[in-house]
Amino acid sequence: MQIQEEVLQVLLIGIANGAIIALIALGYTLVYGIIELINFAHGEVFMIGTMAALTIVTWVPSLFGVKQAFTLPGPIVALIVLGSLVAAMVTCALLNVVVERVAYRRLRAAPKLAPLISAIGVSFVLVNVGLLWKGPSQLNFPDLLPQVDIFRDWLGINTLVLFTFKDLLAIVIAVPLMLGLHLFVQHTRLGKAMRATAQDRDAASMMGIDINLTIALTFLLGGALAGAAGAINGLYNNSAWAFQGFRGGLYAFTAAVMGGIGNLRGAYIGGMAIGIVAAISDRVIDARWTQVVVFGLLILVLIFKPTGILGEETTERA
Amino acid sequence: MSAPAVTTPAAPRRAASESPLALELRDVHTYYGHIHALKGVSLNVQHGEIVTLIGANGAGKTTTLRTISGVLHPRQGEVLLQGDRIDKLAPHQIVLRGVCQSPEGRRIFSRMTVRENLEMGAFARRDAGAIAADFDRVLALFPRLKERLAQKGGTLSGGEQQMLAIGRALMSSPRVLLLDEPSMGLAPMLVETIFTTIVEINRQGVTVLLVEQNALMALNVASRGYVLETGRIVLGGPAQELQRNEQVQKSYLGIE
Repeated sequence: MQIQEEVLQVLLIGIANGAIIALIALGYTLVYGIIELINFAHGEVFMIGTMAALTIVTWVPSLFGVKQAFTLPGPIVALIVLGSLVAAMVTCALLNVVVERVAYRRLRAAPKLAPLISAIGVSFVLVNVGLLWKGPSQLNFPDLLPQVDIFRDWLGINTLVLFTFKDLLAIVIAVPLMLGLHLFVQHTRLGKAMRATAQDRDAASMMGIDINLTIALTFLLGGALAGAAGAINGLYNNSAWAFQGFRGGLYAFTAAVMGGIGNLRGAYIGGMAIGIVAAISDRVIDARWTQVVVFGLLILVLIFKPTGILGEETTERA
Repeated sequence: MSAPAVTTPAAPRRAASESPLALELRDVHTYYGHIHALKGVSLNVQHGEIVTLIGANGAGKTTTLRTISGVLHPRQGEVLLQGDRIDKLAPHQIVLRGVCQSPEGRRIFSRMTVRENLEMGAFARRDAGAIAADFDRVLALFPRLKERLAQKGGTLSGGEQQMLAIGRALMSSPRVLLLDEPSMGLAPMLVETIFTTIVEINRQGVTVLLVEQNALMALNVASRGYVLETGRIVLGGPAQELQRNEQVQKSYLGIE
């Protein structure tokens, strides 16, 4: 493999993984932006998303009387993939709203440590929900996506760079979601209400914005994105595990902090950066060292630019 | 200045004649945690009036406005809007009833554009046509905002931010406008401009409750005034009488 090919390969892997990380990171940053809470339960919401997708992917084929989904005709498989994505998004969106209502809303005026501890509590609860639901072992998430090497099979380019349909799908699902969120927050009435509430909650309420509703909406969106990440994660990595939320959450949290927590563009950039750094580390150093590299990077960011890459724009109160 | 009327709700949800008082506070007690900030405040504002609430720092002026707006809820007493109690409502519901505030320190959304700030003022409204009309009216009142529509709120000067804060509140088409220290931190020339505009807004049919430390200016534009000291109303009456009151002259007007 030539050096350019190596670089391209690492970048492609990094971007595909980074897309998943960025989707989760957005949930951290959205919630932090509006109520200044690090939602430690968010990684677990992501895990529940994978479980919800797994349920669809195994349950629907059983309706057709088959054990393995990929034996079904292509369009049905595509619908199952889409269905698992939607199911994961809806489940996690609603779950996140319930979590906010039950565990955070009453603590909104409390000292910041209280909702943080509550978030850790929710995280434990959700891990145990995952354990009860799907058991403690790592599960196989059925491989539903066609094994296509895009460069060779579709584009006819003779290269050693491997970019599969799976990689493409991760990007094709994640990027429009991120773009959609961006447009929603920038241009819609409710999106603007979210920004106003994030900047100054009291002033927003005095302008007629329903704060509780706006915060619930923020959790809804963050949950939906975590659900999408969960579904993509299952389809992409072909595994599901009740404990997967810890690592997924920690990577995404690192991405959010690196980009500048509270800043949406920071989450996209941070997610991609972590994805690419992890891919480089996997390739150049060793996959076993990747977590060390990622968290080492987090420490460096916290020391030299604690506000993150785009960190100026975090919440300030007049 | 001859800007068109800022707001005359087309169909008042309740006939104004039912209660002569636009706004009334009856023995309101508000707490911050254990701190007893308002110790039985009673005051009223009639339709079409400018009433001012003056007092020193920490007297409870802002607390009074925050209680009216529903950001704080009184532990005792009542806040009535046209005879209806509003003291249990959430802030956004109170805006819907026609009370909006330009808060202390302006509190504009500094990372949103001037246009977006004004849009947020109209958040609770659905009548797009009337919103557009009010948008034009606000820009007629504050022509300087017109040149700054695409600018981020945080890049405006202090005076412009104050104009934006008042304009934003007007975008909710309030019947009662609460103004908290609109002169704070502004150069004397700008203070004049702001107060002239307040009078103009009032002339267009908006009832105003004005909180000020600048008692001289406030009593000049108001028809009545109240003096607040450590959470209690200690004086109240026509603005001219207050201006002549020895105690007011000594404590708030700087006349020995």
